[in-house]
Amino acid sequence: MHADPTGVLAGAHFMDGDHACSEGAMAAGCRFVAGYPITPSTEVVERIAERFPYIGGIFIQMEDEIASSIAIQGAAWGGIKAMTVTSGPGFSLMMEHIGLAAITETPCVFVDVQRAGPSTGLPTMPAQGDMMQARWGSHGDYEIIALSPNSPQECFDLTIQAFNLSEKYRVPVLFMMDECVGHMIERVVIPPAEEIEIVERRMYGGPKEGYQPFEAGRDLVPLMVKAGDGYRIHVTGLTHDERGYPNMSVGAQAKLVQRLVDKIRLHADEIVQFQEHDVDDADVVVVTYGITSRTAIPAIEQARAKGMKVGHLRLVVVWPFPEKRIRALADRVKAFVVPEINLGQMVYEVERCAAGKSKVILVPHGGGTVHQPKDIYTAIEKSLRGK
Amino acid sequence: MAEELYDIEVAVPENPIESFLRMDRMPHIWCPGCGIGTTVNCFARALETSGLDLDKVAIVSGIGCTGRVAGYVRLDSFHTTHGRAIPFASGLKLANPSLKVVVYSGDGDLTAIGGNHFIHAARRNLDMTVILINNFIYGMTGGQVAPTTPIGASASTAPHGSFEEAFNLPFLAESCGAVYVARWTAYHVRHLTKAIKEALLKKGFSFVEILAPCPTLYSRRNKLGDGLDQMVYYKNSSEIKNGAETKSVALDLQGKIIVGKFVDKERPTYIDAMNEHFRKRLGDRYIPSDENKEPNPCLERKSRSAASAGRASF
Ligand SMILES: Cc1ncc(C[n+]2csc(CCOP(=O)(O)OP(=O)(O)O)c2C)c(N)n1
Ligand code: SF4
Repeated sequence: MHADPTGVLAGAHFMDGDHACSEGAMAAGCRFVAGYPITPSTEVVERIAERFPYIGGIFIQMEDEIASSIAIQGAAWGGIKAMTVTSGPGFSLMMEHIGLAAITETPCVFVDVQRAGPSTGLPTMPAQGDMMQARWGSHGDYEIIALSPNSPQECFDLTIQAFNLSEKYRVPVLFMMDECVGHMIERVVIPPAEEIEIVERRMYGGPKEGYQPFEAGRDLVPLMVKAGDGYRIHVTGLTHDERGYPNMSVGAQAKLVQRLVDKIRLHADEIVQFQEHDVDDADVVVVTYGITSRTAIPAIEQARAKGMKVGHLRLVVVWPFPEKRIRALADRVKAFVVPEINLGQMVYEVERCAAGKSKVILVPHGGGTVHQPKDIYTAIEKSLRGK
Repeated sequence: MAEELYDIEVAVPENPIESFLRMDRMPHIWCPGCGIGTTVNCFARALETSGLDLDKVAIVSGIGCTGRVAGYVRLDSFHTTHGRAIPFASGLKLANPSLKVVVYSGDGDLTAIGGNHFIHAARRNLDMTVILINNFIYGMTGGQVAPTTPIGASASTAPHGSFEEAFNLPFLAESCGAVYVARWTAYHVRHLTKAIKEALLKKGFSFVEILAPCPTLYSRRNKLGDGLDQMVYYKNSSEIKNGAETKSVALDLQGKIIVGKFVDKERPTYIDAMNEHFRKRLGDRYIPSDENKEPNPCLERKSRSAASAGRASF
């Protein structure tokens, strides 16, 4: 299915990542956005607020992020694609509703333009400190999908993918930007609508009698209906059976939670996305995501110029993590170097998959700016020393 | 008014509300003597007589004993998170304005953890009916103190009695902009049914507070007897005062209860204000959301009381 041209601002533009994310959402067919202002994400909703009245969308600035993160779920059950946008403290406030979206299988997109924390931290400055929160922030067991763009162009392209994935798997998708990517201005090419692939919600249209809204087929993703379609569905955040009815048994819990997790884990091969450069002959692989994938490039080039066999693996989809690929690489590379603008988050995933077979070296950064390439270079050099 | 009150049929051969309930979910979880079930009966009757297309009515609850209502009625129903029924309902209504959206939840849910959402939805005049069950306590979690607990009443987290001023909810709702405000008790089934029906047919943010007994955790603990004793208290201590100034209707421990319809006025809803504003500002370039272009079938039906636009009618 192609994008609705109403929302597509086709052409070449100079814009920042925040605005490109808004454009991506509009191109993806998002027509409901609820948000609460917070730096450095506010530009996303500002552009939405400006553009929505011209394209049939509804933007509402809610009273807080808690409200925003559930208003989008009401909108999704009302039948439209919806998103909320936040940063730092606002992301923390949204956690409960990531779990609600997960258990009720509500397609929706959460954009987090990461800034340095904890708490109010450095409100206007970058970090990548919310990566584990994105994965584990809500209580209980569930899976989400998270993407990490590294340029305004990707803020556009991957926001569309975020919506597509959320519709395909009926799962909240977290769009993990950071202040740098959000505020960096670059050329963004928006293709014409007919070149943009859109996944529409998979709706049930069969008989009402015997309809079970949470009964999934082989792909483990149930078809959806919306309120007002006459199916009289019940949707609850309690553990429920296929009818959607609460069921407080250990068996129902096991069945539901397993499916929620499996519908992502068993499709991981389809969802996982990464980019590799010079990995085939590499002794050391630098694993990056988001803005760090760009600061690592000069370091990698410098090391290669000095004859070190360095490859680059950049996560595009961060969750689910590309376990298989890292495991396979761990069998033959000496080391992984993981620069992140935090004091260690995704590095633990790399370590887990490397399982002691290769060294894993973190290049930490407390946030507020990006890495100096020389710090990454030093880590690469160090990783090749010793055995 | 009296004739109107009694045109609601009550004595019918089989329980007519069964068709409104998910009978496959019975028995419900509520305690014997709990007032919530009675209010659901009234809600069902109000819906039945409202003429609304039930396929287009959605109900949203938060968490609590009252929050379970959404799970028992055969409507599109959403049991959300504690305190957040209103913002969920806001998104639902804005995305699909052809729905009649009802929020049904407890006093703690809607006015403690959800208080911020309550006041803002009323301020925006979001088109929804909020039915609040006030049992003076947090029921589901075991009788803790609520923003509605009267001074002097004991609660599990106020074992020496509450000393905090309680909310006067009709006053709160009116000050924040609700266009319809009523209070009844679980004893006043006919008045309550009529009030819910009016609220359902009212365009804008309508609010019905219902006092309902929680024998298990409120009245027994406070030595006020069981559910029936609370009903007797409601009967003996209530005074119907339609049009009463909401600031005069605060409640206190076992004191007088002013019930009635306090507010019934007109004000543009959020969606109407938005559409009008953008049309004025942007002219033909304004594209309302798809659903907004269609007439709103369930709101075509005007309530009788709304006929006298602009002023209160009692
Ligand atoms: C975020 C969160 N905090 C606390 C709870 C626990 N909790 C569940 S219901 C409830 C209070 C319900 O009281 P009320 O809204 O008055 O409804 P009632 O049970 O009396 O009908 C609380 C505190 C929760 N579910 N979620
Ligand atoms: S605890 Fe109170 S409010 Fe809850 S079901 Fe029992 S009587 Fe009703």
